[in-house]
Amino acid sequence: MIEISGLSKTFTLHNQGSAVIRVMADAALSVAPGECVGLIGASGAGKSTLMRMVYGNYLAATGSIVIAGTDITKATPREIIALRRATLGYVSQFLRVVPRVPTLEVVAEPLRVLGHPAEEARARAAALLRQVNIPERLWSLSPTTFSGGEQQRVNIARGFIHPYPALLLDEPTASLDAANREVVLGLIAAAKARGAAILGIFHDEAARAQVCDRFVDVTAFTPQAAA
Amino acid sequence: MGAVELGISAKMKPEVTSVGPLLAVRGLTKRYGARIGCADVGFDLWPGEVLGIVGESGSGKSTLLSCLAGHLAPDAGSVVFDTSEGPRDVLAMTEPERRRLSRTDWAFVHQNPRDGLRMGVTAGGNVGERLMAVGARNYGAIRDRATDWLGRVEIAAERIDDRPSAFSGGMQQRLQIARNLVTGPRLVFMDEPTGGLDVSVQARLLDLLRGLVREMGLSVIIVTHDLAVVRLLADRLMVMKSGHVVEQGLTDQVLDDPQHGYTQLLVSSVLQV
Repeated sequence: MIEISGLSKTFTLHNQGSAVIRVMADAALSVAPGECVGLIGASGAGKSTLMRMVYGNYLAATGSIVIAGTDITKATPREIIALRRATLGYVSQFLRVVPRVPTLEVVAEPLRVLGHPAEEARARAAALLRQVNIPERLWSLSPTTFSGGEQQRVNIARGFIHPYPALLLDEPTASLDAANREVVLGLIAAAKARGAAILGIFHDEAARAQVCDRFVDVTAFTPQAAA
Repeated sequence: MGAVELGISAKMKPEVTSVGPLLAVRGLTKRYGARIGCADVGFDLWPGEVLGIVGESGSGKSTLLSCLAGHLAPDAGSVVFDTSEGPRDVLAMTEPERRRLSRTDWAFVHQNPRDGLRMGVTAGGNVGERLMAVGARNYGAIRDRATDWLGRVEIAAERIDDRPSAFSGGMQQRLQIARNLVTGPRLVFMDEPTGGLDVSVQARLLDLLRGLVREMGLSVIIVTHDLAVVRLLADRLMVMKSGHVVEQGLTDQVLDDPQHGYTQLLVSSVLQV
């Protein structure tokens, strides 16, 4: 479902003496349907960079990232938008929403853009918010004022509302208490069971041992120093 | 009674049957004497897509928007719009044809609501006027549609007989949007629509615009210098400098991994809050 090969990444800082920073070289990995692969490696090794490239957020210098038949590195914006809408889900660490939009609508939005009726989307959003223990009295409020853990759970509800065939998870359990952590791990297990291909970053070792089928150490993709 | 319908249903998402882009722009160039307004701009806009055009003052983004919307005659290029009778180059249209387009399939939201509203006419009149321009005649039906649209842009029905001069800046901008969208356009041009508004009013307007874009399946070209606005509203981004498009791509990719030096400067100059 996710096939990465020969992937490299450089940043060129035009306003800082055109410094060229090579951050990744010859990265390769694959994730099959129903499988959860965990990215590991020290902080700064490039786990988030790789995730962002898979989501089409960062451009690749070389190589390919094929998701459900579409090569992200060569796709047009329109193709990436369509892929993100129906096929490729992403739970980031941060919640980025229009202020003022109620939490229930924030969570329901991915279904709304897919054309599901408002009522159905809201009902599904309500069920997920209940599942991740966001009290109903908060649903009509914007999540921008919520605590870190609450925002993260809103993000998770939003990311799991549609059964994406491919799913990227960036620290989905980072600021959660034990009970909510179990709920999220349950959601991940259920997504695997329905056949989702999952690529994730988990700093929580117990969590990753529980849901990941195997690990890829991104340190292997660090470019060799030229000097 | 039937005239007001005109096949326009504001509640329904328009059926997208076309397979090509809604708007195909090629080689669009405008010079002011020796100075370049915009040079060799080309892009495709697809149905339901929101395209953001960013750049600092003088970068040519407003010139480009004016050329696209037919307010300014470019020196070269083509702007092909997928009309109900098939793709047509807007620049080759006659003036009456173009005016008809700007009353039906197109809409233009100005930065200053005063430029897009009739300040001496009531709120209801401002919205009704555009319906009448496309043939609506039944007073009761026009007033009902106007009331419905005031509600959609969160203006209380009892304000329908007030003039826009009695409205706040945010309300005036929402009224301008209602006036533009009441005829169910397919393509909306927006020039700094949140420009003169304070932050909390901006957020409300952004939320409103996003909802309308989704429900009506609108395609939008939005010019702004506010990167936060395009981040939340635009699918794709075009960055302009000195009349040239220096970079374009998926909005979050351009903002998070800018390739051109100018874009890197723009992104890194935004104050973090």
